[in-house]
Amino acid sequence: MADRKRFDVRALPGLSFMAGSCFVLLYLPILLVVIYSFNAGNTVSIWEGFSWRWYQAAWNNAAVQEATLRSLMVASIASVLATAAAVLAALATTRSRGFRGRGIVLGLINQPLMVPEIVTAVGLLIVFSMIKVATGYQGIGYVILAHASFCTPFAFMSIRARLQGMDLSLENAGADLYGTPVRIFRHVTLPQLWPGILSGWMLAFVISLDNVVITEFVKSAGQDTLPTYMLGQLRRKITPEINAISTVLLLISIALVITAYLAGRKRA
Amino acid sequence: MIEIDNLTKTYGAGPQAYQALRGVTATVRANEFFTLLGPSGCGKTTLLRMIAGFETPTSGKLLLDGQDVSASPPYRRPVNTVFQSYALFPHMTCAENIGFGLKMLGKPKAEITRTVGEMLDLVQMTPMANRRPSQLSGGQQQRIALARALAPKPKVLLLDEPLSALDYKLRKDMQIELKRIQKDTGITFVFVTHDQEEALTMSDRIAIMNAGTIRQIGSPRDIYDQPAERFVADFIGETNFLTVGLLGVAGQTARVALPSGRELDLRAPGELPKGPQVTMAIRPEHLELVAADAGQLSGRLSNIVYFGTDTHFHVDLGEGGALVVRSQNKPDQMPRLTAGEAVGISVLPGTGQVLRD
Ligand SMILES: Nc1ncnc2c1ncn2[C@@H]1O[C@H](COP(=O)(O)OP(=O)(O)OP(=O)(O)O)[C@@H](O)[C@H]1O
Ligand SMILES: [Mg+2]
Repeated sequence: MADRKRFDVRALPGLSFMAGSCFVLLYLPILLVVIYSFNAGNTVSIWEGFSWRWYQAAWNNAAVQEATLRSLMVASIASVLATAAAVLAALATTRSRGFRGRGIVLGLINQPLMVPEIVTAVGLLIVFSMIKVATGYQGIGYVILAHASFCTPFAFMSIRARLQGMDLSLENAGADLYGTPVRIFRHVTLPQLWPGILSGWMLAFVISLDNVVITEFVKSAGQDTLPTYMLGQLRRKITPEINAISTVLLLISIALVITAYLAGRKRA
Repeated sequence: MIEIDNLTKTYGAGPQAYQALRGVTATVRANEFFTLLGPSGCGKTTLLRMIAGFETPTSGKLLLDGQDVSASPPYRRPVNTVFQSYALFPHMTCAENIGFGLKMLGKPKAEITRTVGEMLDLVQMTPMANRRPSQLSGGQQQRIALARALAPKPKVLLLDEPLSALDYKLRKDMQIELKRIQKDTGITFVFVTHDQEEALTMSDRIAIMNAGTIRQIGSPRDIYDQPAERFVADFIGETNFLTVGLLGVAGQTARVALPSGRELDLRAPGELPKGPQVTMAIRPEHLELVAADAGQLSGRLSNIVYFGTDTHFHVDLGEGGALVVRSQNKPDQMPRLTAGEAVGISVLPGTGQVLRD
């Protein structure tokens, strides 16, 4: 144990400098985005005084409104689908007698975390265009489905962690007291799983809300979500309106992530 | 009534397979306080979990009141368990915990409320009805776990070392209370412990288990006074084992030659090995120290250990081995003996027996 002091990572030369630079690199741009969202001028780099005008502009911009609503709709449906799938997957991988290939299944569920997003995007594009040709359906369903699929592993991780931490003897007790498997799930497992489900769902929601790559590939014309709309705007003229939208998205994400964290910690 | 018919349980498969139960046969009578007692790892929990339905037998049958339940899931068996870890539902109040089984059985609300009230009363926890399990002490949680398991009025209650987490005083109180509740409700209790004192004081009958088998079933008296084999004699209470010569057997009595050369008649339950040498078992309290030249055995005091109510005298018999003699301490006749002294030992008439190994 005496050696522990010598291995203290703080003793490494330049560590505080490195850490400091990382934090600056990570958070300075975000800080600038927020600051310039209040710029009275037309640029995102020359400060001309404080104003709410870009928030008003964004609020009144019909394209922004439409993209925002679409984003919220996609994120809501996709995160619910992802969470439902994640709950089932988590139950199957923690509450069943070990089955052959359980490890492979776990890997497959987590696949989207490891495969480059662009590859998934191209794959989805190809599959969906085949379906489009076959069915003629052009709607937003493709985007929702794509979001649900890449959000699932995020929800899965938090729900599975919660399930693994739960005392199996509680479910045994439920069965002992005449609970059928379905009723045990409803009365014993689910009430304790809620924090995990909630945090998994919120995580999925946030992930869906800011996805660009897959959405860009999968969406049809006129199906911009907020992030793809912003990307489109950046190609033209950059105004602090983009900053204002980013700041609002940032606030929503922070709020959800904090709630998810608190929910996950509750009674854990 | 539970009939356990040649149950075996093998965990795992292939080279890692482990046989936790190796053919267990027993009958637990209705309204009985039946205890499973045995060293750690002998399969007590496995047997209990099998009666509850959490484990399926590898082979053998389990009958509950004549019905084969070997293949029924836990929720179809009129059997409830008090878990060692209590396993109270943390998101429910005590009252909700107790009412859970009745709710699952689809009993009407009024009946649930009434039964929960009765159960809280029975375990003297009425003031705690609306608390969460996390707000209770270990002993209180234990009572709620008991009440929860009793509320659906099962035919059999299984208890897996329910008292092991409690301190000595509370354990004593709960032992008495458990016994009272068992008498009052008339429910068959199958109780697991590895505390032999607990087993002896509470049980109607005890099953001594070792390495996945039942070695002996009997009343506490039977088990203590007439252990069927060396393992049981050694496991329950303290026993001296002495190698003696077998001179002859007549019915249930064996004539043996002690190391001192003296002859003695001993009880000999069951079959005996044929050889010239057999094992004699005798409890320390069935021996008495006497003058050096009196008694059937003689030796030298090697150690004297004072226990408050009684004293243990360790006697070295030389070639013949060693023995412990226990005598009760009486204020007027404190033995004035010192280590190293030569003593005689007399065997109280009618005690001691010859055992198979
Ligand atoms: N799920 C399992 N898989 C493999 N082996 C197991 C399993 N459960 C129990 N065993 C083994 O079976 C044997 C009996 O276990 P069991 O829990 O029944 O013992 P026990 O008599 O209750 O012991 P204790 O007094 O320590 O609680 C042990 O050797 C144990 O290692
Ligand atoms: Mg056990």
